[in-house]
Amino acid sequence: MAARLAVSRCGALPAAARRGSLVPCRRWSAGSADAVYDVVVSGGGMVGAAMACALGHDIHFHDKKILLLEAGPKKALEKLPEMYSNRVSSVSPGSATLLSSFGAWDHVCNMRYRAFRRMQVWDGCSEALIMFDKDNLDDMGYIVENDVIMHALTKQLEAVSDRVTVLYRSRAVGYSWPGPFSMADSSPWVHITLGDGSTLQTTLLIGADGHNSAVRQAAGIPSVGWSYDQSAVVATLHLSEATENNVAWQRFLPSGPIALLPLSDTLSSLVWSTSHEHAAQLLSMHEEEFVDAVNSAFWSDANHTELISSATSALQFAVALLKPTKASARQLPPSVARVDANSRVLFPLGLGHAAEYVRPRLALIGDAAHRVHPLAGQGVNMGFGDIASLLRHLSTAAFNGKDLGSMSHLTRYETDRQRHNTALLAATDLLKRLYSSRAAPLVLLRTWGLQATDAISPLKEQIVAFASK
Amino acid sequence: MWGGRKLSCSGRRFLGVLGSGSRARRAERPRLAPWAVFSDVQLICTLQNKPWNFKEYGTMCIKSCRMTFSSLNRIEIYWPPWTQPYSSSRTTVDSSEVKTFLALAHKWWDEEGVYAPLHSMNDLRVPFIRDNLLKTVANHHPGKPLFGMKILDVGCGGGLLTEPLGRLGASVFGIDPVEENIKTAQHHKAFDPVLDKKIEYRACSLEEIVQDTEETFDAVVASEVVEHVADLEAFIQCCCQGLKPGGSLFITTINKTQLSYALGIVFSEQIAGIVPKGTHTWEKFVSPEKLESILESNGLSVQTVAGMLYNPFSGCWHWSKHTSLNYAAHAVKSVAADRSGPAELVAEEGAEVPQAKASTPAGVHEELRK
Repeated sequence: MAARLAVSRCGALPAAARRGSLVPCRRWSAGSADAVYDVVVSGGGMVGAAMACALGHDIHFHDKKILLLEAGPKKALEKLPEMYSNRVSSVSPGSATLLSSFGAWDHVCNMRYRAFRRMQVWDGCSEALIMFDKDNLDDMGYIVENDVIMHALTKQLEAVSDRVTVLYRSRAVGYSWPGPFSMADSSPWVHITLGDGSTLQTTLLIGADGHNSAVRQAAGIPSVGWSYDQSAVVATLHLSEATENNVAWQRFLPSGPIALLPLSDTLSSLVWSTSHEHAAQLLSMHEEEFVDAVNSAFWSDANHTELISSATSALQFAVALLKPTKASARQLPPSVARVDANSRVLFPLGLGHAAEYVRPRLALIGDAAHRVHPLAGQGVNMGFGDIASLLRHLSTAAFNGKDLGSMSHLTRYETDRQRHNTALLAATDLLKRLYSSRAAPLVLLRTWGLQATDAISPLKEQIVAFASK
Repeated sequence: MWGGRKLSCSGRRFLGVLGSGSRARRAERPRLAPWAVFSDVQLICTLQNKPWNFKEYGTMCIKSCRMTFSSLNRIEIYWPPWTQPYSSSRTTVDSSEVKTFLALAHKWWDEEGVYAPLHSMNDLRVPFIRDNLLKTVANHHPGKPLFGMKILDVGCGGGLLTEPLGRLGASVFGIDPVEENIKTAQHHKAFDPVLDKKIEYRACSLEEIVQDTEETFDAVVASEVVEHVADLEAFIQCCCQGLKPGGSLFITTINKTQLSYALGIVFSEQIAGIVPKGTHTWEKFVSPEKLESILESNGLSVQTVAGMLYNPFSGCWHWSKHTSLNYAAHAVKSVAADRSGPAELVAEEGAEVPQAKASTPAGVHEELRK
């Protein structure tokens, strides 16, 4: 299941921000002049705004001062535009639960979103396919425009404006960290210098400023990662005919996965990961040409070979003998009629993972901590998962009267999330590599693997449960 | 907190002669669970590794130390710490003492340092205090559950427990006989504008304030203190005097068992040498039974006694059925017959009263003495 990466604003800060040197004690001169916040969230994208919102609505943060720093302007929609935005996210049920815990999901429901109940994933080089769904056809996830999510979060931030201050069009240009532990004679807080020269202090800084996180760089936290030789092309597509459109489709082509996500009865969103050159071509093509390319990417069996086909049907036959009822019936994806003008955009793809998510008085969430290939549709959900975990730990800490920047609960957040996120990163990276190949042994391996997974329901349920978090 | 008072066999008198000259000179030694004990040698080493400390913040430290060591000269005026004049006319400063002070100031708030077990003990004792206090009120202000309560933290050390209680909204009065501790605590809370208003510290002994604070506090907390006290019965009596009727006394300490002897004295001192010999006085440890009987005889009814276990590997505390090592106790002062009920929890009439959901009946509002 594919979806767009959460595109968090990640202003490339001036080099000054990276110095991050320890500013010596200022308590005796200016310490009391600066405002001291309990929590400052740097970066007001979907993840950052949701973090501030979640804290603002938490009962144990009732009397805390929270600040959200956002480099861009306020993102409330006057009214819902008729045209769908080309930037959408796949929101898992777990993420929807988080959003509804502070009222944002209601706004989303009042605007627009599309639930999907099934996911069909199949191979471009063979007949192998896997079908995910829930027992009673429960929703597996929701496709929501990023603008709609941002609008909902902005509305909910306004609702707690007595606790959460939002500074739009402002960004931090410098951070100075406290010593290894708070010494008696230097300020124990993080000092932040804003672009306009003003300074403020916080007991906990949360970095949510995207995969080029300036906070992470200023803190000197190393990040492992690499760029994929792929870009993702996104577009809004019109289907040839109105359908129920509640299935998310994804086909693994040797050049990269292509996914079709439902937006409405007649509209779907495309995420096509492919080589940089091909992506550039797709962007410059005429619209008719582009639509043809999309349709043939879903329908063509040019990459099939005799050997693999017979191996596939052999296993299918074996499975059918063992479990006559359980074989997934192949469904055919809808065909595409045209593409919205100017909806085609391209993003480079990469993988990244911060070696540490936390430092004293610092926590990284979302893309600042991890960047993932969109093929699993997990980008923004990992970020929302970070929020849920960090919120839980911070809420307990606040109820216990703890110093919010203390490592004792921050490391618990780190452990929780690294366990989940590294598994997901590794799995998506492996899938990406496995399906980039045309070599017969690999194709055979993944074909059988996919068929076997499809046949073993408990395994499939585990996968769905993991991805629904 | 336990840090400050436990000393040599002769012990520092917590009740009794205070302001003795040796007080400030002795480096206080953290001890808690028997295995969480550390030697002076460690303290000194750390110190010497950080001479820059003194240089960099020299001016300020000298000021503080003048104040600190004024007690050595037996100048027995207890100013409220923040009004203490930084006069330059007092005493010469011994630089090794300066270092000691700095080392201790350092140590209290280093979450991974020698006081780590005390920091992590907050995960147990703060909820223990909070939940037991919340049982006595119908409603509470969401962000500040202890808002309006007045708490006395006896033996507050560097303020490790005082600050969390202050963050929960309580007005906390922290006292400790060791002036350096109060300096550290005072200094640390000053960085937090909210805490700065909620907490008051004073370097003094319990009996010095008990006259002025009779029936003042909703709760008195003596965490890791009673095992260092010379006269336990007098100590409990003073605690009880400070409590309002229906108020709660919270105590955490070490049991007097063979196990605590084995781990605390034999292992830590004789075998492992973590602590210099003679640091602990097992005789001064107190068993829950004895503590209970003292509490009951002072008109306190014991509500809970719960064991606490420290895992030195994970650095975490856990509740336990077994009270043979550390334990926590909660006792409530009986309400005088003519009083209406135990819910004498007072909404403090201050300037920054948040919109408390707690609707205390107007009749029970009571002006606090302090």
